[in-house]
Amino acid sequence: MTITETNLNLMAHLMRRAGFGADRDELERRVANGYEATVNELLHPEQQIPVDYYEFLRYFPNWWKPGTMGGRGHAGWVWRMINTRAPLQEKLCLFYHQIFATGVSKVDHYDEIEDMIDMFRENGLGHYKTILMEVAKNPAMIYWLDNHENHATSINENWGRELLELFTMGIGNYTETDVQECSRAFTGWTLTHKLPRFHMGRWDWEFEYRPDDHDNGEKTFLGQTGNFNGEEIIDIILAQPATATFIARHLFSFFVEDEPQVPSWSVTPPNNPEAVDAIANVLFESDYHIGTTLKFILNADFFKESLFAKVKNPTEVVIGTLRLVGNTERPSPETMDWAIDITNMGQDLLNPPSVEGWHTGIEWINSGTLMKRTNFTAELMGDLTRPGVKNIMGRLKSVEASPDAIVTACLNLMGPLDVEDDIKKELIEHAETFGPFDWDNDSDNENAAAVASEIIQLIVALREYQFA
Amino acid sequence: MTGGNDYLNTVVPHSDPLYRDYRPSVGVLDEDVLRLDDQVGFHPAMAPIQKMYQDGDVAIIHGVGYENSPRSHFRSMDIWHTCEPDTLGTEGWLARVIRDIDPHKENVITAVSMGPALFRALVGPGIPVATVENIDSYGMLTGLTPEEKLSRVLSRYRRMYSPAIGTGPVMDYLGQTGLDALEGADILSAAPANYSSSIEYADTSVAKKLKGIAQIHLAGLGSRIFYLDHSGFDTHADQVVTHARLWEEVSTAIRDFFDDLESHDAADNVVMFLFSEFGRRVHDNGGGTDHGAGGVCLAIGKGVKGGQYGEYPSTRPSDLDQGDLIPATDFRSVYSTLVEDWMGLDAVSVVGGNFEKPEFILK
Repeated sequence: MTITETNLNLMAHLMRRAGFGADRDELERRVANGYEATVNELLHPEQQIPVDYYEFLRYFPNWWKPGTMGGRGHAGWVWRMINTRAPLQEKLCLFYHQIFATGVSKVDHYDEIEDMIDMFRENGLGHYKTILMEVAKNPAMIYWLDNHENHATSINENWGRELLELFTMGIGNYTETDVQECSRAFTGWTLTHKLPRFHMGRWDWEFEYRPDDHDNGEKTFLGQTGNFNGEEIIDIILAQPATATFIARHLFSFFVEDEPQVPSWSVTPPNNPEAVDAIANVLFESDYHIGTTLKFILNADFFKESLFAKVKNPTEVVIGTLRLVGNTERPSPETMDWAIDITNMGQDLLNPPSVEGWHTGIEWINSGTLMKRTNFTAELMGDLTRPGVKNIMGRLKSVEASPDAIVTACLNLMGPLDVEDDIKKELIEHAETFGPFDWDNDSDNENAAAVASEIIQLIVALREYQFA
Repeated sequence: MTGGNDYLNTVVPHSDPLYRDYRPSVGVLDEDVLRLDDQVGFHPAMAPIQKMYQDGDVAIIHGVGYENSPRSHFRSMDIWHTCEPDTLGTEGWLARVIRDIDPHKENVITAVSMGPALFRALVGPGIPVATVENIDSYGMLTGLTPEEKLSRVLSRYRRMYSPAIGTGPVMDYLGQTGLDALEGADILSAAPANYSSSIEYADTSVAKKLKGIAQIHLAGLGSRIFYLDHSGFDTHADQVVTHARLWEEVSTAIRDFFDDLESHDAADNVVMFLFSEFGRRVHDNGGGTDHGAGGVCLAIGKGVKGGQYGEYPSTRPSDLDQGDLIPATDFRSVYSTLVEDWMGLDAVSVVGGNFEKPEFILK
């Protein structure tokens, strides 16, 4: 495939959505391989050399299952996201974490939530049923939604309700009786302690099914009657077209275009109902196979036409910038700082504000978080010693040292980013304030690299740069 | 006081014989207790606060908490931040206060969060809050040097965020937010420059934050709410040394803060409220104390009616809940006093209900 502007734009879009962006070398390599081939590669993480997580643990053994140490729980995940060669795999973990939002705020320790993220990594591209079954047995989820308090003699509806409301069907597709019957089917799905790893500290949890605490009686759920257990309930849920539509909308909102916040979905129709229906069809026909469905989405016209239709979430801001500037491969104390930077921008990973996950899209932005995003990105992009920044400067050197040419090339290399003429005019004017400059001049005010660096810092501060 | 401040060693029930039994390892020695009356006294590291108490400027609110204390840091802090002890709330209680104070968002720094992230108590849709980690380096694009470059870039930034450019509600919102952030930073950055004081604050994080607050308050910028925390109170181990150090840092910083304001004749309209997510276990564990339930709150300032409110929870074994003090005062009633009697706003809509108020604000 030849490298045209259109191909490059599209590849950059794909990599922002199905990953955390890519530098220009990677984009050109992928364009040469072709769009569909790239989608296929992203869908097969098992073909990539995995990140050596043990290397991370050799540097920071205490960051593995760190109990309640604030911020530490997700540092390992952040390191994986920065370094992975299979970015869609990590992106999917983020997708599922947003849906199955489970947090240390209640669970009180990171350990089992980390296990849940590992489970998403392992099963993310498979069948949604596997994910649901594994989540239903995850001790952090059981505790988060009180299923350990859900007994044959006295049900607790928390898990049963959220399974229907937030994880599968959405409000309006079931009755209160269905919630109760669903909850009955999950009685006895509880947690217990494994033997502790250390003589002090926390005990690991594990799933335990207690037949004596399971309500084996007859249940009528969504019109069907039987002595259902949890798995049968999940099968019935997945047989409902409403479930496919609901998951399709989640996929659309995460990968294609920001939708309104989830709690409003029962009263607000999708932005693009045809696309959501098309995704729902693929889900339903493929037995909810997420890999198959993503292949459809990423190759669909509605996806290819959705450039910059999403506000980057804080994880995308931080990981995307770090992957671009480079020199991030070695585990270092900075890894922890970066994990906390994401928190400070409003996305405390493994600690979502509620079971509804984060409010996304434009709600990521307030005056505090906008400042943090801008400062974080501008500072790293201004570091001329970073290999990724050097690489950009190297490419710019082939460009004529004129304001217009430098601005055009910087906008191209930082996206390619499409901005309004007025914005481009401002940037060119800014470059003009330097007076004459060229590539060989040593003076800061007359050196083209210094001009380009400042233009890049302005570009990452633009409103347009907040979109993915 | 993030981490769970130990109530029993902050306001020590020195006349309670059970206290000695419960605290063989971490108990405050009887002769060290800073006596307030014949029943309770402060931790020895709290001398500055004892002085303020004697001046009538400190209210101690005993046994504050909520039912079914989860004894989890994160969840407990969430409860304090959102006023939702039973469900997971998403809006901060002070965000509702900010909305009531400034419904038209006329002042982008009505509230200032002193720390790297926005405290959840201040988070609400469309509520502007300045998040200041360090007032000396606060601002947009502060990583850019030298000064000349920064000001050149910021003036361009301002032009590119102007409402004339960009289309649609999302771009408009982003534009306004960017300008709000710039405006807040501009206003705040003037504060340290116009500040001079004879008070030398200590070199601790809590003192630095309080100094920043003093600078902003003294600049008269219309900020009504400041939020800060001091962490490390999770004293499972080595409590004797740690707890003393923490209270030394906090007490000294509070004294310097109020002295600073008073020397500028600007202390009368400030009330400081101190809380922690929970108190700690009554029995010590040999070197520290574990997570508990009921805790103590302090309100400090010239507007405070000094004294003690509520009763010290009973420490009798039969009166403990799983080894913890049972709180008698709901935290929302303390908030209600602050919202209604100090801020002059309706508390019911802020804290989500009607609660009997301890009357610790001077009328």
